[in-house]
Amino acid sequence: MRRVYLDNNATTSVLPAVFEAMQAYFGRRFGNASSIHHHGQETRAAVERARESVAGLLGCRASEIVFTSGGTEADNLAIFGLTKPGQHVISSTVEHHAVLNSCKHLELSGCEVTYVSVDGHGLVDPDDVRRALRPNTRLITVMMANNETGVLQPVEQIGKVAAEADVYFHTDAVQAAGKVAIDVKRIGCDLLSISGHKMNAPQGVGALYVRKGTSLRPMLHGGSHERSRRAGTENVPGIVALGKAADLAREALACGELEQMSQLRDRLEQTILREVECTGVNGKGAPRVPNTSSIYFDCIEGESLVIALDLKGLAVSTGAACSSGAIEPSHVLTAMGMPPERARGSLRFSLGKQNTPQDIEFALRLIPPTVARLRELSPIYHHGFVSR
Amino acid sequence: MPSPRTIAVAMSGGVDSATVAAMLCAEGHSVVGLTMQLWNQRRLAGHEGMPESVQGRCCSLDDVYDARRVAETIGIPYYVVNHEERFERDVVRPFVEQYLSGRTPIPCSLCNNHLKFDQLLIVAQQIGADALATGHYARVEFDEPLGRWLLKRPSDRSKDQTYFLFGLTQAQLSRTLFPLGGMMKPEVRQLAKHHGLALAQKPDSQEICFVPGGDYKKFLDAYLAEQGAALPDTSGELVTSNGEIVGDHGGIHNFTVGQRKGLGVATGSPLYVIQIKGDTRQVVVGHQEELYTCTLRVRRTNLISVEDLREPMRVTAKIRHRHEGAAALIEKSGDDEILVSFDQPQRAVTPGQAAVFYADDVVVGGGWIA
Repeated sequence: MRRVYLDNNATTSVLPAVFEAMQAYFGRRFGNASSIHHHGQETRAAVERARESVAGLLGCRASEIVFTSGGTEADNLAIFGLTKPGQHVISSTVEHHAVLNSCKHLELSGCEVTYVSVDGHGLVDPDDVRRALRPNTRLITVMMANNETGVLQPVEQIGKVAAEADVYFHTDAVQAAGKVAIDVKRIGCDLLSISGHKMNAPQGVGALYVRKGTSLRPMLHGGSHERSRRAGTENVPGIVALGKAADLAREALACGELEQMSQLRDRLEQTILREVECTGVNGKGAPRVPNTSSIYFDCIEGESLVIALDLKGLAVSTGAACSSGAIEPSHVLTAMGMPPERARGSLRFSLGKQNTPQDIEFALRLIPPTVARLRELSPIYHHGFVSR
Repeated sequence: MPSPRTIAVAMSGGVDSATVAAMLCAEGHSVVGLTMQLWNQRRLAGHEGMPESVQGRCCSLDDVYDARRVAETIGIPYYVVNHEERFERDVVRPFVEQYLSGRTPIPCSLCNNHLKFDQLLIVAQQIGADALATGHYARVEFDEPLGRWLLKRPSDRSKDQTYFLFGLTQAQLSRTLFPLGGMMKPEVRQLAKHHGLALAQKPDSQEICFVPGGDYKKFLDAYLAEQGAALPDTSGELVTSNGEIVGDHGGIHNFTVGQRKGLGVATGSPLYVIQIKGDTRQVVVGHQEELYTCTLRVRRTNLISVEDLREPMRVTAKIRHRHEGAAALIEKSGDDEILVSFDQPQRAVTPGQAAVFYADDVVVGGGWIA
């Protein structure tokens, strides 16, 4: 069966060039980067080259990059590494669970957290962030791009709010890295998280940008790895892969590859909206990353649509991936003011570098008849039509 | 051999439904495994009497894991679908309300009617399957002369689950497969082993899936506490059938008709719960012989082998799952109401339970005991 993957916000495939770059570090170049000898020097050099590549992608110094096991660890390190009981944190209602649940945990340990709400497009108002400031505010953590809708938050304006108030600003850029240009200076953030597997490197590696001079308490204690900010022997193949992926992402951003992706996304989105009635784009009125489209299909369960499409070879998702495979209505969409039924009838399409125009045509051939079949069997759809 | 079809299998994580999936797959059908996530087993954790983790029951992560392993072993696509909201609305709340009004509910029948053969059947059709197969021990057949789908008792009488399936409509039965209807349980386990299923020896589950340890009283407490409600005061008097007050009780939900233990009344001869009066919160107690009645009425009826009950009909009626059935005459006694008259008086007719009618192996229909 032909299979098309449009769930790149869940994870991406490792690009061949990335795989090739990391391969040697599983075999021939196996040293511990902390060792004195030749083997250690070889891997140390590779880790530091990768650090420079990641720094190049984010517009910072190599020394400001801390490698982690992924986006979740980077978010946790930023949030728990900066805060103490009695302090105040500002976040938003549409964050990824890596940030949201970390904030919930902070609340249990004596911090106060304000969750700034979003408008119908999914946008945080920087003035709301300003109004939420308190004398004891320590940290603002607002994501750069949303994983479900692709909506880009006004992080530069939030950065200004943070700078004026002299509080730390962290942004989870896991879904932005490789999709839009990132410059930590322009954003004005002190910390920024990225994840390897969302940008064509493997799962199990990520990085946190930590602005020079930021006093961050480590979460993992042990050796003095990563300038004592993250103990533990480096995941060298993963780090090398992240470095290579960062190089490729920079090139792609420079040569207009993302515009092509954006055109494919728009073709998918516009055709669905035209051919399938009672649909709409979530977060349409906001700037978005070029690969993501969150679309609601009224009167159907998104879960059933995902299954029906998967059985025909199209991989998409209802929103955030969940380990049990079972879902709650998306907290992101409900925070945007969407009724739970519409949130449950929403699907996320997220494109990747490997997607071709043929993939989009394949998806467009499947989606309208599959939605029609689901609606035909949906008691709510017919009822909805009578009452409309 | 029947021509290959696309069949969804409701997989609970148990050996029966796993074997169904393996059998249908081996027969060449295109099989899709589905598990319904119905109740978050961690939801009431921490409330008194609720365990921290629940194993080996429907909807526990372990069961999803087991079902997923089976799907991997036999090589079929597998999905978990979430119906927690509907389950709470149509099964859990009625379960709680019934107990609080002095009735003894059967959540499994409600789940079959409202979830498995309704919501899940819809999902099955939506994803392109033309039938839903389950691991129930029952048979479904189309009867040409009658022009009706029949629900029949299975070969393995000790596993007969038709009592819980009396609510199935013709439309539901027409899209349902019970592949284990002609098999004995040991054969099923043998077949599971033959197909290399790791759970071939997994013990059967007997309890209500959302009531850990089978202690429904603790569940009621925990559920109501979670809802921010205290258990309403359903305490009242223990009375005899001629109205004499013989004591007090702590709440009608603690009783079921026929119960002997825990009445807290000491008399010469053993006392039983004869009746629970939801409106006055009285529990009527009496002697063994008062437990026997000749008639009962059922409401919210469903008829399967006949379209309507135009004239009285001789049947064997079962008034609880473990009841062996007794000869009775059934007749329509009102709109959506059937009067059941037994030849011999029956012990402990319990409101909230179902009465299911059989003509030999065929399920005629049934209803909820009023």
